[in-house]
Amino acid sequence: MAEASKSLRSPIARVRGLGSAKEGVSHWWAQRLTALALIPLGLWFVASVVCLAGADHAAIAQWLSSPFTLGALALTIITAFYHAVLGLQVVIEDYVHGHAAKLTLIILIQFAAFGFATAAIIALLVAAFAG
Amino acid sequence: MAGHPRPLSPHLQIYRRQLTSVTSILHRLTGIGLAVGLLYLVCWLVAAASGLESFDRLQSFNGSIIGRLLLLGWSVAFFYHMLNGLRHLAWDAGWGFELPAAYKTGTAVFIGTAVLTLLAWVIGYYQMGAF
Repeated sequence: MAEASKSLRSPIARVRGLGSAKEGVSHWWAQRLTALALIPLGLWFVASVVCLAGADHAAIAQWLSSPFTLGALALTIITAFYHAVLGLQVVIEDYVHGHAAKLTLIILIQFAAFGFATAAIIALLVAAFAG
Repeated sequence: MAGHPRPLSPHLQIYRRQLTSVTSILHRLTGIGLAVGLLYLVCWLVAAASGLESFDRLQSFNGSIIGRLLLLGWSVAFFYHMLNGLRHLAWDAGWGFELPAAYKTGTAVFIGTAVLTLLAWVIGYYQMGAF
């Protein structure tokens, strides 16, 4: 109780651990986990692109026809968009001060990320199976 | 509150730059740049899925001076953001927070970025038969 009596926070608030933002550490944690996942995924992607430097359409199509490439590329794109949304959200929260503008921008970035990630995955599938 | 001037946050124009603040700002800037690069990756995949003609148009843009400069910028941004991100993950785990360590790792990030970028481009040009 000596510990609890020093804190202005109620015991239930400490147990819930949601802090003043009422959402806890989920944003922070998701940003770290996506960062961790993007180390191997990003390195694989950059290494692949470097090895494909100067490749023609046929070589790219062949690269995209491998199930491993498809899976790794889809994972990279989804994880990268997730990570980008989390990061851009923090930048917006820091520099955009009007509440309406802030909320609008954050929503727009989330919609755009879902849209572009979907476009990328459809393009992947078309290039792999119909190209 | 006259007589009690509150401390002001440092203004950009009179703020003495330090390695630690520069690495932090660059982490944000490269993050924003990489988010734009992610959109370019989506364009590249959509072009690859849309057939030979649109793919060749994008590849010839990639080969142009502006295209190469963009790709160079994105590769620098990628390696910087990844290496400095590792630094952030180490800090989150409680390592390297002391000022001498933070300066050492910050310098290492710059050197590592230069080395990895150079390596990627040398391999890329080697793939294209430049030497």
